[in-house]
Amino acid sequence: MAEFLTLAQAVAQYVQDGDVVAAEGFTHLIPFAAGHEIIRQGRRDLTLVRMTPDILYDQMIGMGAARKLIFSWGGNPGVGSLHRLRDAIEHGWPHPLEIEEHSHAGLANAYEAGAAGMPCAIFRGYQGSELARVNPNIGFVICPFTGERLACVPAIRPDVAIIHAQQADRAGNILVKGIVGVQKEAVLAARRAIATVEEIVDQLAAGSPNAVVLPNWTVSAVSVAPGGARPSYAHGYYRRDNSFYVAWDAISRDRETFLEWMQANVLETHFVETMA
Amino acid sequence: MTYSASEMMTVAAARALRNEDICFVGIGLPSAACNLARLTHAPGITLIYESGTLQTRPSVLPLSIGDGELCETALTTTPVVEMFRYWLQGGRITVGFLSGAQVDRFGNLNSTVIGDYDKPKVRLPGSGGATEIATCCQKTFIIVRHTPRTLVDHVDFVTSLGHGRSGLERHAVGVKTQGPALLVTDLCDMTPAAATKEFTVTSIHPGVTRERIRESTGWTVRFAANATETPPPSETELRALRDLHERTARAHGTVAAD
Repeated sequence: MAEFLTLAQAVAQYVQDGDVVAAEGFTHLIPFAAGHEIIRQGRRDLTLVRMTPDILYDQMIGMGAARKLIFSWGGNPGVGSLHRLRDAIEHGWPHPLEIEEHSHAGLANAYEAGAAGMPCAIFRGYQGSELARVNPNIGFVICPFTGERLACVPAIRPDVAIIHAQQADRAGNILVKGIVGVQKEAVLAARRAIATVEEIVDQLAAGSPNAVVLPNWTVSAVSVAPGGARPSYAHGYYRRDNSFYVAWDAISRDRETFLEWMQANVLETHFVETMA
Repeated sequence: MTYSASEMMTVAAARALRNEDICFVGIGLPSAACNLARLTHAPGITLIYESGTLQTRPSVLPLSIGDGELCETALTTTPVVEMFRYWLQGGRITVGFLSGAQVDRFGNLNSTVIGDYDKPKVRLPGSGGATEIATCCQKTFIIVRHTPRTLVDHVDFVTSLGHGRSGLERHAVGVKTQGPALLVTDLCDMTPAAATKEFTVTSIHPGVTRERIRESTGWTVRFAANATETPPPSETELRALRDLHERTARAHGTVAAD
């Protein structure tokens, strides 16, 4: 059952060194505040899972929090490279980073298999792609009914999933709206889950009986973190800071500039929180 | 009206799309071409982005595949797993529009690494949706800027299958869709030769010489016997494209692309 905790408490309690961490949000609702708290608390040796590592994992990798990255598209959307990710892969800075690389279809299916309690996902994919040569976690099986050769990837089962959502109600039920990505799958696939939210409300503004609502018994902790997705965005609350994504290219290109930026904007700050 | 090579490329790519198409859109050059088609001759085209935004009608080009603009102007937005399983894998997409860092004569695309995978010279972003877009859409169109570093003899890594390293491998790996049907660059249009599947120049953009195309292509490029000259962009096409880029630049606080 979800407990209302400060973000610092939630990370201290639920994210351990060496964990497999999936901080999801497909461009939208990326849980930056939670990721920054993980950096501030100095977690190490994490296996980070995200379809699109984005600036958040660029920062976590650059700060040395990750041992391994499982991903499917590692760029700065519409801008270019994630320079800290590239530096880790190309030059082993700040230390070597193991990678496990998928396509979006592969990783999305792997999350769904995790949520469904399956050992693996089966789908039509990776045909003719050399990703299958470089990633031993891409296999193929033969359909027993049609004989079709299908791709197979192991389910993603994170130790902890982290998402940012628009709202929680006072019982800790979570509402996600807009581009909903793979957050529901990530939470249901994970052993523990932290949800940060823009606000606590009496009644979730679901707007439809089919809205993406995660019951309070599927998450471990709920933390109020208004603006917690910035520079990503929260549909209905604030827009994506596209100019920051453009600016990140110059900030992250150079190791010193990056470290100075992180010092001033992440390490020496703390998230201003309110308890529910 | 005068126009740039880049504008010619986007216009040529847009023209390839039909009003009836259901198009899976890659970010960047494909996104500009697909939205230009929607704003000109193909107002009914269905544009789908991998963020789950289905039937979207953005008034500005998204910077990312998941900008709020896409969701706000979409008919509906699906979870990402559903997008890949039901809509893409389900065979509902008529054309996938892709780009990449390298493309070879058979339309194999590399968006993963330059150099060796384990010791890359340049680490590129990777597949994203491209690997399955390349095999699940009924056919694919490719758009890239024409340089010998992009149109290469051998791609360093096959991220997304075109017609395979030999040109004849789709069937062998169990893929039933058509694959790359068009390559549009800022110099010309190429389509695969019927027997070999090798991209062959079928339409040369105005003012571009065959010599220039040869120099800019990493393989010994062939020209179709009936290769023609691409009609230049019309005033309507250019105005729609420039308006789109200006709106986009205003929205993102950047300089308009060309």
